[in-house]
Amino acid sequence: MRISLFITCYNDTLFPETGQAVVRLLERLGHQVDFPLEQTCCGQMHYNTGYQQEAMPLMRRFVEIFCNAEVICVPSSSCAAMVRDHYPKMAESTGDTALIQAVNNLLPRVYELAELLVHKLGLEDVGAYYPHRVTYHASCHSLRSLHLGDLPLRLLRKVRGLDLVELQDVDQCCGFGGTFAVKMGDVSAAMLADKIRCVEDTRAEVCTAVDNSCLMHIFGGLHRLRAGVRTVHLAEILASSEEGAGQ
Amino acid sequence: MSIRVGQAAEAPPFQKAALPLLDDTQLRKNVRHATNVITRKRAAVVGEQHDWQQLRASASAIKEHTLRHLDRYLEQFEKNCTAAGGHVHWAADADEANRIILDLIQQQGGKEIIKVKTMTSDEISLNPALEAAGIHPHETDLADMIIQLGRDKPSHIVVPALHKNRQQVREIFMREMGLNELGDRPEDLTTAARNYLREKFLRVKIGFSGANYLIAETGGVCVVESEGNGRMCLTLPETLITIAGIEKVIPTFRDLEVFLQLLPRSATGERMNPYNSLWTGVHKGEGPQNFHVILLDNGRTRILSDQESRQTLRCIRCGACQNACPVYRQTSGLAYGSIYAGPIGAILTPQLFDMQHAQTLPYASSLCGACYEVCPVKINIPEVLIHLRGRVVREQQSSANLEAIGMKVMSRIFSSRRTFESAQRLGRLGQWPFVSEGWVKHLPGMLGNWTEVRDLRPMPAQTFRTWWKNRQKQKLKLEDSPGTQVSQKPGLKENHHA
Repeated sequence: MRISLFITCYNDTLFPETGQAVVRLLERLGHQVDFPLEQTCCGQMHYNTGYQQEAMPLMRRFVEIFCNAEVICVPSSSCAAMVRDHYPKMAESTGDTALIQAVNNLLPRVYELAELLVHKLGLEDVGAYYPHRVTYHASCHSLRSLHLGDLPLRLLRKVRGLDLVELQDVDQCCGFGGTFAVKMGDVSAAMLADKIRCVEDTRAEVCTAVDNSCLMHIFGGLHRLRAGVRTVHLAEILASSEEGAGQ
Repeated sequence: MSIRVGQAAEAPPFQKAALPLLDDTQLRKNVRHATNVITRKRAAVVGEQHDWQQLRASASAIKEHTLRHLDRYLEQFEKNCTAAGGHVHWAADADEANRIILDLIQQQGGKEIIKVKTMTSDEISLNPALEAAGIHPHETDLADMIIQLGRDKPSHIVVPALHKNRQQVREIFMREMGLNELGDRPEDLTTAARNYLREKFLRVKIGFSGANYLIAETGGVCVVESEGNGRMCLTLPETLITIAGIEKVIPTFRDLEVFLQLLPRSATGERMNPYNSLWTGVHKGEGPQNFHVILLDNGRTRILSDQESRQTLRCIRCGACQNACPVYRQTSGLAYGSIYAGPIGAILTPQLFDMQHAQTLPYASSLCGACYEVCPVKINIPEVLIHLRGRVVREQQSSANLEAIGMKVMSRIFSSRRTFESAQRLGRLGQWPFVSEGWVKHLPGMLGNWTEVRDLRPMPAQTFRTWWKNRQKQKLKLEDSPGTQVSQKPGLKENHHA
């Protein structure tokens, strides 16, 4: 299958290792990965902060770049949710019938990574090896927008060597919330403190998720506290193999 | 249009109001405990209701339908309530409602009233208005009574004294009731409340209530509660005055079937409210002989005119969104500067009231979606929050602020590959003053809120797209040179850098 990667702006800039892992994983599974270089940002930050007008050209841009893709993989549930939950309404508001049609045609081909692997490719065992104690944080968008349910856990359970330990209050927000973390920094910090307590209680060395945004937030707190826990995107765990010696 | 908002108008912005609450360890423990208990109970009784999602869909459809034909149903209610012997009054805003209520009480020569729990009376600041006219309102709902006696503010729609624990309630009761001795067991506290209230139930001639539902078809009113104190206020006095927001009307008696299943399960985690009071007009020789309903607009028609946020008016005030909200659970309702707190307050308050601090409320959410998930009438609260944020941004557009400039610049950067790639290069170069020993520990301005408690990994040496471009070049080179096979795992080594 030819899979077009929408890496997302912050993964591209801040977490290149996640994109590299997606490429490595999908190629290992026998697929061809394509990365349209014109891509930038889905517009989520603008849209959610109240700058809906500024998000409009970014939506149009995304649709133009990916309208002919066979399948689009987004290794970020919040960006996938932005496309799925908000693009139809945004397109509708323009009254542009061609755009509305293009968005409707595009949506069924947009997959978050775990969705792509389990639903589209029918896989749970992706041949990964990761000999570490890992806990999984369910990001809000993965849980309540994309309704991923236990898809990421099903993938993790099939990873050889991985010791999966359940996170308490897994459905509670970590306090990131995009600009929320700076606009309401103190409340966000209180929420983060709760999340960190749960992560530390697992005695895991790695906390994973399908969103680097939440992980950046959780790790920001863990590192400040020298907690000795690192955060790793699900893609990187799934891309690890015995040959790669795990990361 | 300016609306009277009582003391709420002077509330500080959310992020400021939250600070002392975050430091109040007792309050946070109380709120965490209470919301955990209610959330657990709710999950259990919702879980056993196999048609829960259909009930939500029905409730949402009934409310949407009613809102679309609100004029018709309100007039139908007025006609039927009047025919049954009630009196219906229309109030455009808080001032008019308070004036009507005051007139009705003074016509009866009343100096006191006994009140059933009503958020709407708090919305219009009824108690201060009555006290200014020399009339004493007695709150009889246990939690409201605790708030009134403690000169406190309600922190929750359903459980207004949720932020207080038994020991704190005991202290308030001892002080305000003049008791020398009192235990802190639930039965000690309820006995004290009963002794204090019973005398008022028997003496005061005017009762005052809110309404959970107005039934257009019959002209009837429905109030649900847990304690029976409401039932006392609704049946013992000679005069009963009820205030209800205009969105409280439902078309038919049968519609109650849906709401009386959804509300108790969502609100208190009960299968049924212990007391469901329903009355229609006046019955000779039984109950209050003088019955008035005030239909309050107070900004509601304005909300109705906004297609995006109209769904706010479906709210049945169950408080499930508050219990589920991770922001509310940290701060309690006291941070919202309004009787309507939590997620529903964050969308209702800025729409009802022209308050300065209300501009911060749509941002008092991480958009985690827990509120929408539990809402029994399917109000998409995150969607309305985003819509209201857009309104705040448009209203603040005249004043140049850093955030707006930054957002506009970012939008331009993302508008082309060239500008995006330049910005990535510039960012990597520009970050060096903030990087120390491999980490960003201090950022300037508003971004400093991040580094106050969180580290940040600096931008790595290579973006993903640079890695991709190099890899494509290498691939081409390999393909061009004869005799070389393309690696099955190109670029594998590079994956382990940074």
